[in-house]
Amino acid sequence: MNRVINDPDQVVEDSLKGYLAAHPDLLAATEHPRVLRRAGPKSGRVGVVTGGGSGHEPAFLGYVGPGLLDAVAIGEVFASPTAKSFDAAFQAADNGQGVACLYGNYAGDNMNVKMATRLAGKAGIEVKTVVANDDLASAGPHERDKRRGVAGEILMWKAGGARAAEGGTLDEVIAAAQKAIDQTRSLGIGLSACTIPAAGKPNFTIEDGTMEVGIGHHGEPGIAVVPTKPAAEMAALMVERIVEDLPFGRGDDVAVLVSGLGATPVMELYILYAHVDEMLRARGITPRHRFVGNYFTSLEMNGVSVTALRLDAELDRLMACPARSVGLTVLGS
Amino acid sequence: MNSVSEQAAGSVVPDMVAAIVREQGFLGEIDGRIGDGDHGINMSKGFRLAGDRLSGGAGLAQGFATLGDTLLGDIGGSMGPLYGTFFTEMADALNGAERIDANRFSAMLRAGVDTVADIGGAKPGDKTLMDVLVPAQAAFDTALGRGEEFAACLTAMKDAAAAGLESTRDMVARIGRASRLGERSRGTLDAGAASCNLLLEALADGLLRELGRGA
Repeated sequence: MNRVINDPDQVVEDSLKGYLAAHPDLLAATEHPRVLRRAGPKSGRVGVVTGGGSGHEPAFLGYVGPGLLDAVAIGEVFASPTAKSFDAAFQAADNGQGVACLYGNYAGDNMNVKMATRLAGKAGIEVKTVVANDDLASAGPHERDKRRGVAGEILMWKAGGARAAEGGTLDEVIAAAQKAIDQTRSLGIGLSACTIPAAGKPNFTIEDGTMEVGIGHHGEPGIAVVPTKPAAEMAALMVERIVEDLPFGRGDDVAVLVSGLGATPVMELYILYAHVDEMLRARGITPRHRFVGNYFTSLEMNGVSVTALRLDAELDRLMACPARSVGLTVLGS
Repeated sequence: MNSVSEQAAGSVVPDMVAAIVREQGFLGEIDGRIGDGDHGINMSKGFRLAGDRLSGGAGLAQGFATLGDTLLGDIGGSMGPLYGTFFTEMADALNGAERIDANRFSAMLRAGVDTVADIGGAKPGDKTLMDVLVPAQAAFDTALGRGEEFAACLTAMKDAAAAGLESTRDMVARIGRASRLGERSRGTLDAGAASCNLLLEALADGLLRELGRGA
């Protein structure tokens, strides 16, 4: 390991100090050391919360801010936050209007959110959830409940956060977030493995010169390992799978998000995006909202993910709403 | 004696902590083969923390409540909520009892197993801790139904737990992170089942010791 760290067991604590020091206008500490909330006065609206393991920065904490999330629960590297931290995040986000917990479909997160929802219920806080399952490689189209949540979570947070900022009720926020994730599909390609600092060595490998199609955000095995292709062929493969899975069709307007997995040069993300954009348009699908960058990473994994969301009038409006956070800022029109 | 005092039974909790801490390396190693390898570290961290928080002389209900609270509060992933609620529900099921007999133990174990089933959603055969918990509970209740003494019921539970753990070796994981490996998960014991077996073994051995002492 050749890393910018101190103690491998303290990487989460140490990076939280940096986030708080760097972004006091966006992030604030709470009584719970693993929960951050939006800086400044409470919104008075429906609270929007997520949580997840560390190592995916700027996810999850980097999406706390106006028009997005109100509070976030932070886990160890690649491990779900505890039930009590989710509960503390619910408390931090609640304004008496209920809390929408928008998170990804992983066994640990499901259990901890379920426990935390019970705890919050005992304290009189109503929590409703949406579970992201946009990773089409993680299970077949008829087993969507088994699919993992990946970078599509960001578009779900954007939709839910914007609906809450508009003054929507808890049910309206939940409905917007659910619709957003239902209309979203993602696919990733991995080019190299990553190492959890406390473990010291990777627990999976990708041979040089090969790429793993459909790799998960923690190195979960994908659909196929094949020789690494040029960016144009990677884009064709991902666009084809994504389009046929929803399916997207001629005349659809979409939001597109291309994210690096941590070690991919941003230049290469744009090389890929050029092909993705061209291939979507060739199919009569129009990208109306475009995001290219390191939005949802997996430590220092080399690779890329492509996410597309089919817009209707409401989702188009919610994507365009102003939002400000470490990971995503939308100025609005 | 066919029962133990709730107070004396509290001595099994430090035994359970010691078993997990002692086997940290083993749990980490089998988890590393098909999972992410953090089971040993996380379990050991949580149980050691709970052990530190327990004052000497705590009864079983307080011991389980402390374990449950620590796991829920300090250990994330899947094992925090699973074991956290397991111990919390068992503590609640003791419900102020001064003595624990086989019927009380049976009710306590059922409360714990039911909550793990509810939270985790795993079924026997999925290669999880349920493959230890379900047969262990069934063996205890079967022995109890036959009219066996508390000690014999505990021995039956312990044997069934060990057999349950071994049964996970040939299973293909259907839930949790190892499930993504499909067939590649076959041939390795499940780490959650292994820690569960350690816990039930320490629990049974500790209670057998207290029963023998006439506590």
